[in-house]
Amino acid sequence: MSDAATHTPTPARTPPITLVGPIGWVRTNLFSGWVSSLVSLLLLFLVVKWVLGFLDWGVFNAIWSVPNDAAGRPDTSSCRALAGTGACWAVIGEKHRFILFGTYPYEEQWRALLAILVFIALFIVSAMRRFWRKELALIWIGALTLIGVLMWGGLLGLAYVPQERWGGLVITLILATFGLAFAFPLSILVALGRRSKLPAIKALCVLYVELVRGVPLISVLFMASVMFPLFLPEGMNIDKLLRAQIAIILFAGAYLAEVVRGGLQTLPRGQYEAADALGLSYWKKTGFIILPQALRLVIPPLVNTFIGFFKDTSLVLIIGIFDLLTAGKTAIIEPAWQGFGIEVYLTVGFIYFCFCFAMSSYSQRLEAELNQSRGR
Amino acid sequence: MLGFGPMVRRALGAALLLATTALPAAAQQAPVDTLAAIRARGTLVCGVNTGLAGFAQPDSQGVWRGFDIDYCRSVAAAIFGDASKVRYVPTTAQSRFTALQSGEVDVLFRNTTWTLSRDTSLGLDFPAVNFYDGQGFMVKKSLGVTSATQLNGATICVQPGTTTEQNLTDWARASNIRFTPVVIERLEEVVAAYVAGRCDAYTTDASGLAATRSAQPTPADHVILPEVISKEPLGPAVRQGDARFADIVRWSHFALLVAEEMGITAANADAALASDARPEAQRLLGKSGDLGKMLGLDNAFALHIIKAVGNYGEVFARHLAPIGLQRARSPNALYLHGGLQYAPPFR
Amino acid sequence: MSQTTIDPRSLRPPPKRPIRLSWSDERVRGIFWQVVVVGIVGSIIWWLYSNTVHNLEVRRIATGFGFLNREAGLPIAESLIEYSPTNSYLRALLVGLLNTLKVAVVGIILATILGTIIGVARLSRNWVIAKLSAVYVEVIRDLPLLLQLLFWYALLQGLPGPRQALHPAEGVFLSNRGLKLPWIEWQGAHSLALLLFVAGLVATWLYRRQALAKQIADGNPRPVWHVALLTLVALPLAGWYALGAPFTPDIPALRGFNFQGGLTLSPEYFALLAGLVLYTAGFIAEIVRAGIQAVPKGQWEAAQALGLRPGTVLKQIVLPQALRVIVPPMTSQYLNITKNSSLAVAIGYQDIVSIANTTLNQTGQAIEGIAIIMLVYLSISLSISFFMNWYNARIALVER
Repeated sequence: MSDAATHTPTPARTPPITLVGPIGWVRTNLFSGWVSSLVSLLLLFLVVKWVLGFLDWGVFNAIWSVPNDAAGRPDTSSCRALAGTGACWAVIGEKHRFILFGTYPYEEQWRALLAILVFIALFIVSAMRRFWRKELALIWIGALTLIGVLMWGGLLGLAYVPQERWGGLVITLILATFGLAFAFPLSILVALGRRSKLPAIKALCVLYVELVRGVPLISVLFMASVMFPLFLPEGMNIDKLLRAQIAIILFAGAYLAEVVRGGLQTLPRGQYEAADALGLSYWKKTGFIILPQALRLVIPPLVNTFIGFFKDTSLVLIIGIFDLLTAGKTAIIEPAWQGFGIEVYLTVGFIYFCFCFAMSSYSQRLEAELNQSRGR
Repeated sequence: MLGFGPMVRRALGAALLLATTALPAAAQQAPVDTLAAIRARGTLVCGVNTGLAGFAQPDSQGVWRGFDIDYCRSVAAAIFGDASKVRYVPTTAQSRFTALQSGEVDVLFRNTTWTLSRDTSLGLDFPAVNFYDGQGFMVKKSLGVTSATQLNGATICVQPGTTTEQNLTDWARASNIRFTPVVIERLEEVVAAYVAGRCDAYTTDASGLAATRSAQPTPADHVILPEVISKEPLGPAVRQGDARFADIVRWSHFALLVAEEMGITAANADAALASDARPEAQRLLGKSGDLGKMLGLDNAFALHIIKAVGNYGEVFARHLAPIGLQRARSPNALYLHGGLQYAPPFR
Repeated sequence: MSQTTIDPRSLRPPPKRPIRLSWSDERVRGIFWQVVVVGIVGSIIWWLYSNTVHNLEVRRIATGFGFLNREAGLPIAESLIEYSPTNSYLRALLVGLLNTLKVAVVGIILATILGTIIGVARLSRNWVIAKLSAVYVEVIRDLPLLLQLLFWYALLQGLPGPRQALHPAEGVFLSNRGLKLPWIEWQGAHSLALLLFVAGLVATWLYRRQALAKQIADGNPRPVWHVALLTLVALPLAGWYALGAPFTPDIPALRGFNFQGGLTLSPEYFALLAGLVLYTAGFIAEIVRAGIQAVPKGQWEAAQALGLRPGTVLKQIVLPQALRVIVPPMTSQYLNITKNSSLAVAIGYQDIVSIANTTLNQTGQAIEGIAIIMLVYLSISLSISFFMNWYNARIALVER
């Protein structure tokens, strides 16, 4: 009775061309309604206009180098003649070594460059999960010592360079990285202290964390700049860069302590109880059971905190240390180059962006991976 | 159980190791006898501006240059016979006195105005005045202003934290002028604000005004008004209580002045040493007498200074003339030409 | 100390156990470590303190807060209260504090609004909007705030001078001297009206709370609008009218060098506000996005299945749940805005840091100057924390 056996299904019709493929994509993602279409068109128009304007200024109308005048000084009149219609990248050509290395001795700047490369290599190695072992601490100690040797010199035939001549990108990297390297152990102790059952230790840690987190970094840097010298016994003084570094370590320590505490809190209670049940001592429990798990959890927020401090080191501008931003601003004090701030800011901003973007995309990817492996 | 876990132990070890590598280079005993400390260290540590055209500013290769820098070099030449034995520590307006008091720097060559309160209550001494300055105003020519008294109602750019803004308010009260301040800390920013037209007038030391004006694409578009509203004797500062070192700084400056009076320059200093028969020239260059030894220096200290940086006129011409500062008929001319730069005799 | 057999004593409540003076007693070790740590920290602080006292004496640096009553002599461009350079340092610092609050409060409000918009835009189905807001968030968060502030300030200075000011509407001028708006001459009557308005806000809020409580009890909705109309509009107007209804428009006009009269938004304030808002909005956008995404899809679908309108779904279902995720990280962003406002010192907006800094420079009293800055920020931070903790507790999930 049924003619089901003879039924031949009609082949599925291909969806209308307006729903699939590039056209479909455009329709659903750009023009799904008249408001949406209007907004899309307007935004696209603005973006194209802005990009074209920027290209005009930064590429087509730009001046890439300037001749020297009779006295051997760069003659920037051709740049001035542009009157803002084009970029004067010649300022970067002339000043790039000052922006990157500050007042580091010119012939020795390869050492600062090498130190920057060591920093980048250190970041890359630390980012690889293959190296997430206790030996990583040794790698860090080795790399930071190597950077110290490169920057100071004084041995292996390298000329000694005092800290006040260091400058530029390397200062930014030193302040951020050394800040993290020293603040991290401090923050672990403080985070443990804050969760301690001993009231006096807990109170001290809470006081430290809340005090530091309640005030701006600038005030801590001012303190390092004008108050530290009063704290020390008469006749002893600490170099300005080291003072700023100590301030950044103390500041970062409080923020990292909160990050670490977050990791300690997310660890299931069972881990603590199991360790107790095994009869482990406090330090064994912490060192073998708790920290290895908790620290793994806090790596993404740790990277984010590091990005924050990397950017915040630019505040040393206000106390007169030659970091990347200060060096950029100082480069345009020279009368011939005054007024080309935008070019310098863009360059400096680009350098900051490269570092921060690399780190933040890494931390996002890592977070996704870690979440996945935890089976969520 | 006192045992630390191996991880904690390792972390502590790492911290200690790094701390021990970082500290020795940093902590240093501050000097009671500044000269002995400088000799022991092998370098003079000089506090300078973080960047002020003409006075102290690093060039494209990161080498510090300027009027104040040459003064640092001259003191180093006096002490070591080698002008390159200087380390420059850039200091901000806030940190400069602390840096000097705490022994972080030996001497401050940083456009510091000599005032009574600084001389007494900050534990400083001002051995000399190497540049006479005064606060003035600069406006754009297009504004049509010819005198500071016409500035009523104007917006005025000023840098805080120095004597400048106090002079400005004193002057405004005395001459019954109302103004809107724009107070910006960093020099580049305040200049940029003035140039962009954020303010009608910019006030700072006349040297700073001249430097800013000469740096503009067309300096003729800017006018420095005739009024000078303050005295700003700028000079080096040293710690109070070390008279010998203050003497060295003071007489290094005087050596530059006397060399100019006598026409001795970096180029002809050696020839003058050989052939100049004037008794004071011989004493200055250390050929006769033992003036240098009285200061605790090499007898030819002034010769070292002159060969390294030239005389006062040469230093001025090298750094301050290019930024548009006039010397003729200013207080910075030698007393021989009607100025205030006058050195006691080398005797 | 590890034991293989169960100690019968451990079955008793621990506090009753007497403290044995032995290293194996946990409490003895605890007390020992606390004494050691407190001792070390205390002696470090004591050492620093005695050094400081000695140094202040040797260097003959004045101490104490006596300088607060001395004449400041520092000019301040914008002030919410009456100020002239002849006033004391104390008043100058108060002006600075108000300036900090002015930028922080407005910044928090604007950053929240902008951040929420961008956070929602990142989830938009429109590809251009979603991508642009993603790019915005990525770029703005990867550049130092200080650099951004300098950039905005440089940009605002590029506006034309007062004589060529942009003049989009009557009495509105935009130039490199800032934005000038028409205003009214402020008199006692206006203050009274403002006071009544604030009182009206409180009254309306209290009434609404009661009305809601009653609605929950008997199910009858009670309108609030008539109370709002009375307390927010009628009473302030009546107060203003009772004092003679003064109304003198104050329209800015170019006189001499500058615009006189009217309301001014200075470029410094504007640059700082723009920088803070745009920077923080990038972070808030991420928080909002994460908060919305944390609400399970089923909640949306269930609400739609009940036939609720999209606006109601967002307001009654999604937002209350998202807020629980959003509020804690938002608190730290609000604290960040407040603390980051201290960067004002770089672009010439005279906040508390800028003025305390000038004060310490003029008086040479670094410790007092920095102590003032820190105290001010600590109190602001603690207030924000307290308020947000209270709010967080209010919206937290009530577990039954």
